[in-house]
Amino acid sequence: MPSALINVPKKAKRGSVIEIKTLMSHIMETGYRHTASGDVVPRDIITSFTCRFNGTEVFRADLYPAIAANPFITFFTTVSESGKFEFEWIGDKGFSETAQASITVE
Amino acid sequence: MANSIHTSRRTVLSLAGGAAALVIVRPADATPAMLQTAIRNVVGEANVRTGKVKLDIPPLVENGNTVPMTVSVASPMTADEYVKSIHVFNEKNPQPNIGNFYLGPRAGRAQVSTRIRLADSQKVTAIARLSDDTFWSATADVVVTLAACTEEAI
Repeated sequence: MPSALINVPKKAKRGSVIEIKTLMSHIMETGYRHTASGDVVPRDIITSFTCRFNGTEVFRADLYPAIAANPFITFFTTVSESGKFEFEWIGDKGFSETAQASITVE
Repeated sequence: MANSIHTSRRTVLSLAGGAAALVIVRPADATPAMLQTAIRNVVGEANVRTGKVKLDIPPLVENGNTVPMTVSVASPMTADEYVKSIHVFNEKNPQPNIGNFYLGPRAGRAQVSTRIRLADSQKVTAIARLSDDTFWSATADVVVTLAACTEEAI
């Protein structure tokens, strides 16, 4: 069952730079592993992560099998107004998850 | 005498041929061709200079399945001067790409952290694309005790 952990400050001063931490639980199966009987385990990874603030993209990442299981990504953004962050993870086998977090800017 | 000269000439030629083949496979800093190709796919013909980029990764890791990594770039992150993207590559995983991270002037600070997998002891390279379309890079050597990717699935 996929689940996201998001860490966004509740409040921030106008114009300040905040750190956003995200973690999505996902196996990130590389497609390079074999079972004991020699069959390749099919690839199943998250390929794309996007963060939007009030509808505008502020951060995006392309992910490859070299990203560890349960992709943990932290980045920074400047906040100039109160609003809502939307996070989206897209991957193999139709994987698609979203999460949201709000921030109050004073 | 003539025979020995002939032999040595042939030896020299074959050595030269071997060296040429080596140069084709392993350019300049002796990193595998796959890594070079992956980097060229991102930077094109642009010149990649060393500097501005800081790649924080432990020099010795016990478990290659989860290696913390932070890339930061020295940039004022203003509307005129900012980091467009950060690209991370490895030398010996099955695929040379690790991740591409797209930033912009709104990022405020050009820094990205994640956790990566390393299949072997190898070089990791981070390349940053700045708003003036110059490329800057940093490379780190990582020794991995327990490799990722090789274990059997259940």
